[in-house]
Amino acid sequence: MNRFLLPLTIFGIMVGFLAVGLTLNPREIPSPLVGKAAPIFSLPQLHDQDKVFSPDDMKGQVWLLNFWASWCSGCRTEHPVLMDLAKSGAAPIYGVDYKDQRGEALAWLDQWGNPYPIVAVDAAGKVGIDYGVYGVPETYVIDKQGVIRYKQIGPLDDETVEKKILPLVKELQAK
Amino acid sequence: MNWLMLIALLLAGPAWAGEARPLADDPVVEARLKRLAVELRCLVCQNQTLADSNAPLAEDLRREVREMIVKNMSDEEIIEFLVSRYGDFVLYRPPVKTTTMLLWVGPFVLLAGGGIALAVALRRRGRRVEDVVITDEEHRRVEQLLSQGVKRP
Repeated sequence: MNRFLLPLTIFGIMVGFLAVGLTLNPREIPSPLVGKAAPIFSLPQLHDQDKVFSPDDMKGQVWLLNFWASWCSGCRTEHPVLMDLAKSGAAPIYGVDYKDQRGEALAWLDQWGNPYPIVAVDAAGKVGIDYGVYGVPETYVIDKQGVIRYKQIGPLDDETVEKKILPLVKELQAK
Repeated sequence: MNWLMLIALLLAGPAWAGEARPLADDPVVEARLKRLAVELRCLVCQNQTLADSNAPLAEDLRREVREMIVKNMSDEEIIEFLVSRYGDFVLYRPPVKTTTMLLWVGPFVLLAGGGIALAVALRRRGRRVEDVVITDEEHRRVEQLLSQGVKRP
C-alpha cells in the first residue's frame, strides 16, 4: 500500500496542475499597458476622412476603445454586444478599424450597424502595435485622465460586460 | 518617402520578379534583425519566433524592428519597445523576476529532487542485498549452468 502512496500523490498533484492549466486561456497575455497612459495617436476617421481622431479629444470622459476589422470573425461575434452597450449609453465606444479596406469596413458597418460615434482608421497597424494589439477584437477601458484601466483580449460577451466593464465604467465615472 | 520607396520598387521590379521579397537592402540591418527576431516571440502563433512566423502581425513587428535598427537604436531599446507593449511574453528568455522565479529555478529544483530520490532509493536497495555464502556444490552447479547455458523449452 505504502509504495503506491507516493506515486499516487505525485500523480494527483500533476492532475491538479493540468486541470487548472486546461481552464486557462493561453491567448490571454496580461497587458503591461493597464495602469499606463493610453498611447497617443492621431488617425483619419473612417466616415469623414478629412477629420482625425485622437484620444486627447476624450479627456474627461470614461470611454471604450475597440479595435476591430471587417475581416475579423470574432468582431462579428462581438458586434451585437457592442450594439447593446452603445444603446445603453453606459459609455461611448470608439472604434479603430485595424488593417482593413475602407470600402469593406463601411459596408460591414452598414450591414450590421454602427455602435461607434467615430471610427479611426489604422491601415498600417502601427497604432495597434502601440496598444499591444495582437488579435482583434481587443477593447480598452480608458478613464477620464486617459489611463488604460482594463484590456479585453478577444470578443466581449454579455457576461464580461455585466461583470467587468459596466461596474468598472461606473466606478471610474464616479471619480 | 513612401512614394520614393514605391518608385524604387517599381524600377527594381524586373530584377527580383519571381523571387522572395528581400527583407531589406542592407545586409547588416538584416543580420541584426535576424539575431533579434529569433529571441522574440510571435504573439499570434505563440510557439513561433518573430523570425519564423508568417502572421501579419509578425511581419508588422519585423518592419517596426527593422525601422528601429535603421534608426540606430540599441538592442535594449528595441526590446524595451516591444516589452512595454506586449509584456515579458514577447521574450523567449524571460527576465528573472519574482513572477518568473519558478520558471527559472523549477527545473533545477526538480533535478535536485530527482537526484536525492535516486540516491535514497539506491542506498535502500544496497542495504537490502545481503551477502549469501554458497556451498561448493552450489558453486559447481552455477559453473555448469554458465558453461552449458540454460535449455529453453
